[in-house]
Amino acid sequence: MFKQKNYFALGAVIVVAVLILSLPTSATTRLKSALGSWFLPLFGLADTAQRLPADLADTVLPRRELLQQIAKLRDENQQLKEQQFQTAAIARENEQLRTALGWQKQAPWKLKLANVVTRDPANWWRTAQIDLGSRDGLRENLPVLTASGLVGRISSVKQTSAQVVLIGDPNCRVSALVENAARDTGVLLASGPLDTSLVQLTYLASSANLKSGQSVITSGLGGIFPKGIPIGQIVDARSVEFGLYTEARVKLNANLGSLEQVWVLFP
Amino acid sequence: MNAFQTSIILAFAFLAVFAEAALDAPRHWLGAQIDLLPALMIFTALNAGLPTVALLAIFGGLWFDALSANPLGISILPLLAIGWPIFLRRELILRDLPFAQLVLGAAASAIMPLLTVLMLLSGSQQPLLGWGSLWQLIVMTVGGAAATPLIFSLMNWFNHALGYQVRTETSFRLDREIRRNRRKEKF
Repeated sequence: MFKQKNYFALGAVIVVAVLILSLPTSATTRLKSALGSWFLPLFGLADTAQRLPADLADTVLPRRELLQQIAKLRDENQQLKEQQFQTAAIARENEQLRTALGWQKQAPWKLKLANVVTRDPANWWRTAQIDLGSRDGLRENLPVLTASGLVGRISSVKQTSAQVVLIGDPNCRVSALVENAARDTGVLLASGPLDTSLVQLTYLASSANLKSGQSVITSGLGGIFPKGIPIGQIVDARSVEFGLYTEARVKLNANLGSLEQVWVLFP
Repeated sequence: MNAFQTSIILAFAFLAVFAEAALDAPRHWLGAQIDLLPALMIFTALNAGLPTVALLAIFGGLWFDALSANPLGISILPLLAIGWPIFLRRELILRDLPFAQLVLGAAASAIMPLLTVLMLLSGSQQPLLGWGSLWQLIVMTVGGAAATPLIFSLMNWFNHALGYQVRTETSFRLDREIRRNRRKEKF
């Protein structure tokens, strides 16, 4: 039962594992990228399979419903155009005032759309892979968001894909600001492993006057996330560590459980 | 055991890892993703040779870590820790009984995440843990247990349908053939 060749095989696997674990970070990243690229053909296949039910549903959608949707979209388009004119006027005014006061000009955000191709197979991380990589100009620590709010940041970049570490993961800490009179700031930390919609906002001042429904945005501190990206709303708050600071639960605006497309922000 | 079986096992491991990353339904409905690699390791340790067990531990672990935020190579040793003892004691295990497969699958699916998290914590990593992790462990254990007999059936079917079968020995021997024809008498 305990043959010499068995021990040889056991030793070989242990040596391989220890060697890979002790590789420098740059080599590990390259190796991970190479191994991850084996799955590239399957990404396309999975995307097609996911779109198939929707495509099938589209073919059987009645004409009347399509016309209703077109009319609704036309209305929305008209409203958005009006909003765009107003926003452009406000931006012009803002720029003129900044110039008059001698303030630094605010660069407009550049956004790139990416598809979420996979989620982390391990339950103890909250990450996702997107189909943009270094060839698309992505680099580490770029903010990732949806139309609803902040999603996370880029944690590692390969040539054709990148890993996004989502809010709620221990490796994604965000400096956040509560939109109340005192403009209280805190840090978003990891939440529980089950509920992806709630995160903890901690290290808030003990005198913070928090109410349910108050908006939480990025504070701009820390240098990764620009100021003003919406994150979520306060659910409840409590005093911790014998009143040393306040902790609040925040319901995220973005639905991290069903991410399909995200925007990568180039500040 | 032949190279075909090894190829099938590795191909299944590759697809299983991809399915775990691409299909979000179990996480959405149950709160945890079910890992199929421990169940596949049980099948491999009970039916294949030692090189296949070693290859599955190395490649299965590397593929899993490549799509995860895990440090590369951290899943190799937990997979080996499941496959190795079962391989050594496999003659004592009633491998064809679904109940035995179920129990082994449950044990392997519970041990694998525990060992991986233990290694992550010992390597100064901070995985996402909490009381909800207990529920995730239960889901992984039950899911892995249910998947093990299915994987056994599937892999056996693949082997039967596509692989070379072992040639059965015939009991016919020329030297023991009973000659039934009449002897020609000499006159």
